[in-house]
Amino acid sequence: MSLVGAKVLRKEDPRLLSGTGTYVDDLSPAQCAFASFVTSAEAHATIDAIDVRAALAIPGVLAVYTAADFTDYPDLPGGLPTLERPALARNTVRFVGEPVAVVVAEDRYIAADAVAAVTVSYSPLKVMTTIEDATAGDSVPLFPRHGSNVITIVPTMDDLEKELAKCHGRASLHIVNQRCAAVPIEPMAVLADWKPDGLTVWATFQAPHHLRNYLATWLDIPQMNCRVVAPDVGGGFGSKIVWYPELFIAPVISKLLRRPVKFAQTRTEAMMQMAHGRDQVHDIEVGYEKDGTIKALRLIVSQNLGAYGDPTGLGLAVLTTWMAAGAYRIPKVSTSFRTVVTNTTPVAAYRGAGRPEAAYSIERIVDQVARQTGLDPAVVRQRNFIPPSAFPYETHNEAVVYDSADFPAALAECLRIVDYDAVRAEQKARRNDPSKPLLGIGLSCWLEIAGFGPNGSLEGFGHLASWESAQVRIQPDGSAIVYSGSSPHGQGHETMLSQIASDELGISFDRIKVITGDTAAVLQGIGTMGSRGAPTAGSAVKVASSRVLTRAKRIAAHLLEAAEEDLEVVDDAFNVKGSPGKKVSWGDVAWASFQPLRIPPELQAGSLEERLFQESPNFSYPSGAYACVVEIDRETGDVTIRDMVLVDDCGTVINPLLAEGQVHGGVAQGIAQALYEGVSYDSSTGQPVTANLLDYLVPSAADLPDYKVGRTTTLCPNNPLGAKGIGESGSVGAPPAVINAIVDALSEFGVDHIDMPATPEKIWKAMKSGGNS
Amino acid sequence: MSTITRNVTVSMTINGQSITRTIDARTLLVHFIREHARLTGTHVGCDTSNCGACSIMIDGESAKSCTVLAVQADGCSITTIEGLSGPYNGMSAVQEGFRQCHGLQCGYCTPGMVMAATSLLNEIPDPSEEQIRSGLEGNLCRCTGYQMIVESVRWAVEHPAP
Repeated sequence: MSLVGAKVLRKEDPRLLSGTGTYVDDLSPAQCAFASFVTSAEAHATIDAIDVRAALAIPGVLAVYTAADFTDYPDLPGGLPTLERPALARNTVRFVGEPVAVVVAEDRYIAADAVAAVTVSYSPLKVMTTIEDATAGDSVPLFPRHGSNVITIVPTMDDLEKELAKCHGRASLHIVNQRCAAVPIEPMAVLADWKPDGLTVWATFQAPHHLRNYLATWLDIPQMNCRVVAPDVGGGFGSKIVWYPELFIAPVISKLLRRPVKFAQTRTEAMMQMAHGRDQVHDIEVGYEKDGTIKALRLIVSQNLGAYGDPTGLGLAVLTTWMAAGAYRIPKVSTSFRTVVTNTTPVAAYRGAGRPEAAYSIERIVDQVARQTGLDPAVVRQRNFIPPSAFPYETHNEAVVYDSADFPAALAECLRIVDYDAVRAEQKARRNDPSKPLLGIGLSCWLEIAGFGPNGSLEGFGHLASWESAQVRIQPDGSAIVYSGSSPHGQGHETMLSQIASDELGISFDRIKVITGDTAAVLQGIGTMGSRGAPTAGSAVKVASSRVLTRAKRIAAHLLEAAEEDLEVVDDAFNVKGSPGKKVSWGDVAWASFQPLRIPPELQAGSLEERLFQESPNFSYPSGAYACVVEIDRETGDVTIRDMVLVDDCGTVINPLLAEGQVHGGVAQGIAQALYEGVSYDSSTGQPVTANLLDYLVPSAADLPDYKVGRTTTLCPNNPLGAKGIGESGSVGAPPAVINAIVDALSEFGVDHIDMPATPEKIWKAMKSGGNS
Repeated sequence: MSTITRNVTVSMTINGQSITRTIDARTLLVHFIREHARLTGTHVGCDTSNCGACSIMIDGESAKSCTVLAVQADGCSITTIEGLSGPYNGMSAVQEGFRQCHGLQCGYCTPGMVMAATSLLNEIPDPSEEQIRSGLEGNLCRCTGYQMIVESVRWAVEHPAP
């Protein structure tokens, strides 16, 4: 029986359910000291003085360090020239929460006392938290050497004004894709232990080899002496592939104090220091014909980078503009973007990273075309879909060639599950019945770029390469260890990769162990992000396993004195087809594989091992059709999601249980963005007003609906598994479905658009003002 | 700024084992459990008692151990995730329900979620979906979207320990 495609329970769960998982803060080596950061209380200021004397006087305080102690070390990696970020703020602070000094103490309580005892004097500078403020005439540059707060501009060659003007009609929207916080339930944590024979760093991180590569360079030590371990990682969602100061500072402190040093962020610190996501402003305009077909699309993107240019943050708008046209065949597409620094927490990847922003705008504008033409939103989508026969489909950007999809089938399945016509009929009936809540239905036929694996695709974000590694190693007893360079944080790699290896090797699932996240054990690796786990790491394990099996068959044939092609692997044994009883167990083959006297002469001892760096010729393009049905209280503007239908196409499904879990989680974050979440700042002072979980509304079980899941399948032709990835799908597809439903429900008030998060207050105001708020 | 610390001696029973330590009086119960008793299954996910990753039971009642001082638990009987047991390879029906229904992904919120669910079933043995959702309102999960957690709790209801 094939395990790929089967609902297999997770290997990870027994330890995580019994409290025996190991997260970074669970580790507590002897003599471990605790670090805590003094952070900027100002959003933009010069540092006049730092007085650490009172802190040093506290019993149990070991040291206090400032930028002056790190002059031997370079700035943090990845910054653009003129936009350098030092590990600790030097002279200037640019956002509230930016680390200014670090204290080290015997425990976290004393460290907190010491942080409170450090006095920093500032001279405030002009605060700019929005793109508008940072680009206004009276703005001042955050980086005087750069001279402007606009960091990159990628203009369009043609603004398509001519094409747009020729169309029957034009539709445009000004769209704010608000800033969100990733909020993995485990905040950042790092433990560094510098010993004479080398450094070990345990970090809650999505890409341990990536960190190892940069950390060793930064510290100027050879990589062989720099081991990074990502143990159990409590969620990431993109926020744990960022060069945070603590990752670099902790090893230095450990070296100076000759003790292990740990830093474990509080949530309030995390809300200010972990990178945020989204924060784009779009101006989108399309030209359409009477029948709803869209002839031209123009998307102008502005990206708020926050205070520093994170390598991923700088690339978000690239991905957004790549995916601007979504699932639609639009003859002319024009995109442009600019990135702008502001006095806010830096922006980097958050689940979807640039693609939710693209999907949201195209799906909103398609609804606006439906509104203006009087056509049904489903019909407008059907009339504009790229047809299944048109794949591979070359888009407006040469880097982007959609692999495969069947958009009409996905939408049809979605409409069937949600019972679209019945909802429309009910909606019509309710229009004249003020005793009932407003009813709206929203669609989202989304598509995203994933499977980051093609050569060059991750190098642009600072990674070593874009392949993913696998190593399959048969033990002498016939059990197998699979090493993967893709280090997970909840995705279930131990289970998913075991399923793939089990199918390929013919070794039972329970006799396969997956090891990830330790640079001393895993040969090399890239990481887990961009929905690449199954397409890249999964494919690597598949290919490596099949190569091991080929050699194992040669040994088995040798032992059985049979022909290789006559062998089949069943139940951990090699059987000669048609000769019942003539077989040798996997364990016997494995044992023999280490004994030169028992293997074919052309093989060497230990040959049942394969290492592979799996490359991909193209990205993958997961897609789907979602529908959301909302009810809105006419008195309060409160939204209830009555139905949430999710039809996904992720190509080959390795484990439907895990795939569904990924969709649910992504959709929950998508609904959260649509209805609840948004990082905000006081624009005059730059103080964050959502710096804890009281003020930043992460939804609970009571706030979210049940999900109805459907599936269509078009295989990805670009990897051996046919898998497209599923980690980000929900967060890409859900926000437009929810907002389209709300705008649909509010249509009788003349409301064309409502910005996220669609709070009851915003909706209530929109109902009162007819959308002119 | 000067700090005044006062050491106190506290005794409690955690998962049936008594423990006595002299600690800084301001030590939170969650840090007592994690750093003095060295039971690290109970996690810390926020500083405003919103997330519930630190959920435990004090004398059988559900509590968030980040909002309780260790001294307040002096003389109490504490149950943490490590203290649960049952017929499913040593795990309770709630724990097994989470495994069967994929009620966890990264696992960080899971111990608190399992403790809150266990406590919920002690109070309401056969909860509706709505009761489960409102009963777990004080525990945040960022991975699952909650539906599979609700199903996990229902699994436990439908598979009472023999």
